[in-house]
Amino acid sequence: MTTAVRVRRLTRRFGANTVLDGLDLDLAPGQFVALLGRSGSGKTTLLRTLAGLDAVPAEAVVEVPHPTAVVFQEPRLLPWKPIWRNVALGLAGGDARGRAQAALREVGLERHLDAWPATLSGGEAQRAALARALVREPRLLLLDEPFAALDALTRIRMHGLVIDLWRAHAPTTLLVTHDVDEAVLLADRALVLSHGRIAADIAITLPRPRRHGGSEFAALRGRLLAELGVTIPNPAEAA
Amino acid sequence: MSGSTDTATPPALLALGAPRWAFPAPDLRRFVSPLVLVGVWQAASMLGMISPRTLAAPSAVLATAWGLAVSGELGHHLAVSLGRIGLGLAIGVSLGTGFALVAGLSRWGEEIVDAPIQMIRTLPFLGLVPLFILWLGIGEAPKIALVALGTSFPIYLNLFAGIRGVDAKLVEAARVFGLDQRGLIRHVILPGALPSGLVGLRYALSVAWLSLVIAEQINASAGIGYLINDARDFLRTDIIVVGLLVYALLGLLADAVVRMLERRALAWRPVLLKERVR
Repeated sequence: MTTAVRVRRLTRRFGANTVLDGLDLDLAPGQFVALLGRSGSGKTTLLRTLAGLDAVPAEAVVEVPHPTAVVFQEPRLLPWKPIWRNVALGLAGGDARGRAQAALREVGLERHLDAWPATLSGGEAQRAALARALVREPRLLLLDEPFAALDALTRIRMHGLVIDLWRAHAPTTLLVTHDVDEAVLLADRALVLSHGRIAADIAITLPRPRRHGGSEFAALRGRLLAELGVTIPNPAEAA
Repeated sequence: MSGSTDTATPPALLALGAPRWAFPAPDLRRFVSPLVLVGVWQAASMLGMISPRTLAAPSAVLATAWGLAVSGELGHHLAVSLGRIGLGLAIGVSLGTGFALVAGLSRWGEEIVDAPIQMIRTLPFLGLVPLFILWLGIGEAPKIALVALGTSFPIYLNLFAGIRGVDAKLVEAARVFGLDQRGLIRHVILPGALPSGLVGLRYALSVAWLSLVIAEQINASAGIGYLINDARDFLRTDIIVVGLLVYALLGLLADAVVRMLERRALAWRPVLLKERVR
């Protein structure tokens, strides 16, 4: 099997606290993978290492495809640059504005090309951040809880948008989330990080487009929650 | 007399009582209360409550100002003073910006630059005049140096704080999206520090006038400060007031210029965006 991302023996410590403990991970090209874990389980540390934001320890192997793009929990747009310049930030090659415009059209923000970030709503700003990642045509897309700060309705629309974009561009995608429903709804594969390693690796083969509910959805949800150490009464009853 | 009572009416009451009496522009509003004070002062002079030796009446001051302006004397002294301010400010802003960049962008830069600047800053810099005269003589050099020294501190302090205050998350994001060190400074750090830098510039301008007043008492043969000192010897309070008014007006003007700069350079800020919508 060809792999897009390969991680071996990744250990990260912060003081006496071992966050990642000899972690191994393989991601197949074009796969949509959700990474779950309790807070403090090292999800974000793993994502930061893949993004090149944290140094790779000498004994570890971390191979990622290039280019890589990140969408953070907050939009992190530069407030002093209009939207299109934010999207085009650091872009190599010609016609930056044209390419930024195309990416903004894909996320439905074409009208806001010259707007200041401060004038955008939370959902719009996060869509702009998505466009900034897309415009680089990434082969690895890292999403660090990008929907956590959005309201429920906006989040549903963002889920649809991310899936559409993933289908159109097919980057290997790693979504860090603490939301089990989100993982079941979006991913091909859900990983649960616990005690510094991948504790569970669950394939999600529900047909797309997916919707909440149904016995299969509930079963997967219950299984992931159990892996996370949460017990719910009886998933079959709820379904 | 009726004219002076009109001007003395508080503008707030006018605005409340007569809605048609609208101010033409927010920036002009800033000039209203100084004018009210002048009205009160004129009345007191005309009633003989203030002798011309203590303080000349505004009308006398205006007449003198007109005379000085027509003869070209005022223009000449003003040009000399503006030249000192301009050159001193340019040097001070350059030095302050340079040091702030060195100290703000690297840890070792901070260690080398910040400590001596903080030490010199504790000195009241106007107290350095005697040393400056010994070092630089009594020509233009010590005057410009005093303005430059005084203005460099507020620029340095505010810009340094601004650079250090730039959101680390934005820097991180920009680095992920491929900006190198130079790109980071240009697109993220400097624009992020600009609001603080402009606050520093505003402080620097007020310090510049203060330095100029002191500097122009050092054996000056031209400049607004010379005009004032010379007038003192002849008990010409009208000329002294003209000089002070010129200082004051220039201060207001400089403030307005920085405000305009802020409006243009910081148009992205939420506060300013709201103002424009309104």
